[in-house]
Amino acid sequence: MMAKDSNQLRRTSGSIYQRGIVDTSHGVVLYMEDITVSFDGFRALNNLSLSIDVGELRCVIGPNGAGKTTLQDVITGKTRPDSGTVFFGQTIDCSKLTEPEIAQVGIGRKFQKPTVFENHSVLENLELALKTDKSIWHSLFRKITSSERDRIEQTLETINLKNLCHSRAGLLSHGQKQWLEIGMLLVQEPKLLLLDEPVAGMTDQETEKTAELFNSLAGKHSLLVVEHDMDFVSSIAKKVTVLHQGSVLAEGTMNEVQNDERVIEVYLGR
Amino acid sequence: MKIKQLSALYDSKSWLMLTAFVGVICVLFPICNMLVPADSFFHISDYTVALSGKILCYAIVALAIDLVWGYTGILSLGHGLFFALGGYAFGMYLMRQIGHDGSYHSSLPDFMVFLDWKAYPWYWEFTDHFWYAILLVLVVPALLAFIFGYFAFRSRIKGVYFSIITQAMTYAFMLLFFRNETGFGGNNGFTDFKRVLGVAIATPNMRLILFMMTGVTLIALLLLSKAIVSSKFGKVLTAIRDAESRVMFSGYNPLHYKLAIWTFSAMLCAIAGALYVPQVGIINPSEMSPSNSIEIAIWAAVGGRGTLIGPLVGAAFVNGIKSYFTEAFPEYWLYFLGLLFILSTLYLPTGVLGLIDRIKEKRLSKNKELESL
Repeated sequence: MMAKDSNQLRRTSGSIYQRGIVDTSHGVVLYMEDITVSFDGFRALNNLSLSIDVGELRCVIGPNGAGKTTLQDVITGKTRPDSGTVFFGQTIDCSKLTEPEIAQVGIGRKFQKPTVFENHSVLENLELALKTDKSIWHSLFRKITSSERDRIEQTLETINLKNLCHSRAGLLSHGQKQWLEIGMLLVQEPKLLLLDEPVAGMTDQETEKTAELFNSLAGKHSLLVVEHDMDFVSSIAKKVTVLHQGSVLAEGTMNEVQNDERVIEVYLGR
Repeated sequence: MKIKQLSALYDSKSWLMLTAFVGVICVLFPICNMLVPADSFFHISDYTVALSGKILCYAIVALAIDLVWGYTGILSLGHGLFFALGGYAFGMYLMRQIGHDGSYHSSLPDFMVFLDWKAYPWYWEFTDHFWYAILLVLVVPALLAFIFGYFAFRSRIKGVYFSIITQAMTYAFMLLFFRNETGFGGNNGFTDFKRVLGVAIATPNMRLILFMMTGVTLIALLLLSKAIVSSKFGKVLTAIRDAESRVMFSGYNPLHYKLAIWTFSAMLCAIAGALYVPQVGIINPSEMSPSNSIEIAIWAAVGGRGTLIGPLVGAAFVNGIKSYFTEAFPEYWLYFLGLLFILSTLYLPTGVLGLIDRIKEKRLSKNKELESL
């Protein structure tokens, strides 16, 4: 009884919304329950439940229209679910926050189509994405600090764009833009990274390097990767979630999933 | 430190050009107008001073539209409204300065006497104070822009839809100001100004002073705008123009940024309007007509968007031609304006300034080729 009381107390005190503080003391960074999203009667997500642990690298696969992108839209606040809850850590209810607020508390997102600021230099792109106060006042008057500059330089090396740092981002190749966008996520220092088809348009060598990078990020960050490239998925994934018609069809290691009857049916059956 | 920051805004050549520009406005124009004899080639007529003063006001408006359209990608077709409101706000003060010298020798403006009003309506309160009028100029159009912008940007209205709403807004205000009961002189607006700060307004001296004030204001606002677009704030604006969703998911709230620059831009227009009215001696609701606002956008398009200087060049260029055209072939002006707009979008997407840049680049690459030979 005592234990239950104190537990309850903790829950109520924990549920007070503290801006910008993510409580992951129970080991879960993202928790989605019974999410339903419909567009004009079409159920893009159907009672979907999913949870991601701290430091986990999760791959999400599924045929076209399975709801992979909608899933990310819901997490980042772009789409509001008709029903269900999305919690970031234990206390932050994503459905109550706007997109920029969700980004500020620590969820970064890479789009399917690489989206960078084409008219800014690579350096400026990273500067803009950098984790810092994003208010107008700060943007008008504060200059970049040397530790922030180091952080950017470090990232430039990670994404291999150091010698291109002064060229316009619009001039980069498709693969380089993908890397730049990943770099922009890194300097944002998110707790959870959502990556939509991060290796599309990359050469084999680049893909390999990306796999390396993601593996090194896991642990420090949590990652949710949506990808079609099965070789890539099997090279990084410890746990794979298969989506089908807006719900979770199967979850497990790559091996388990590949041998799952229903998954085979969905992918190969028709 | 401050000076160092300021000097970083432009390279030394641009600073030289700016200084030359200040020199022309503050030294050359006054001397050529006042001291050079009227039959000399170098004499600048009162008419030219008045026209140039007008064009400088338009240049401030062009600067304002470049901040929102060129840098942030928000095409406003209603900036004429903020310009006119600034003009009206200062016009109220100018009307009060007429005193008892109107046709009816009443303490009320002629149009109020005509309407048989016995006293000033509440919103004319305190407008006889110069600084209060300045405050109105700075606050009222900006407040309107803020409220309008808040609802439009919060609802994520973008692109052509936003432009159409701004057109509707300026049109609605034009209709409102056309009504006599609104208390702003109906379709005649305000005119017959006598003095400002107790000094007679329609003298060559006053015209010159207003001209110089407008020039200095333009340069100050140009520097301020340059500082804004060079800051990180300005980079966020351009980022919003190019990829708004990425800006949002980087943690910036585009609403705040758009609203800030939109309101600032409206404020610039209002300042321009307040400088314009004493120089042309009249303000009426036709300044709010939709076509006026479209013309403002054309200045920016012709001069070159997103360059700050380009739209100023565009405003001077288009208005220079306009003053010639409307005298020589008045009925063809609108056709010509339309043609100019189409041609500049088709062949000069980066405007006159972009053309100069392209020529420069071509020359540079040619030189390089020659060197390598």
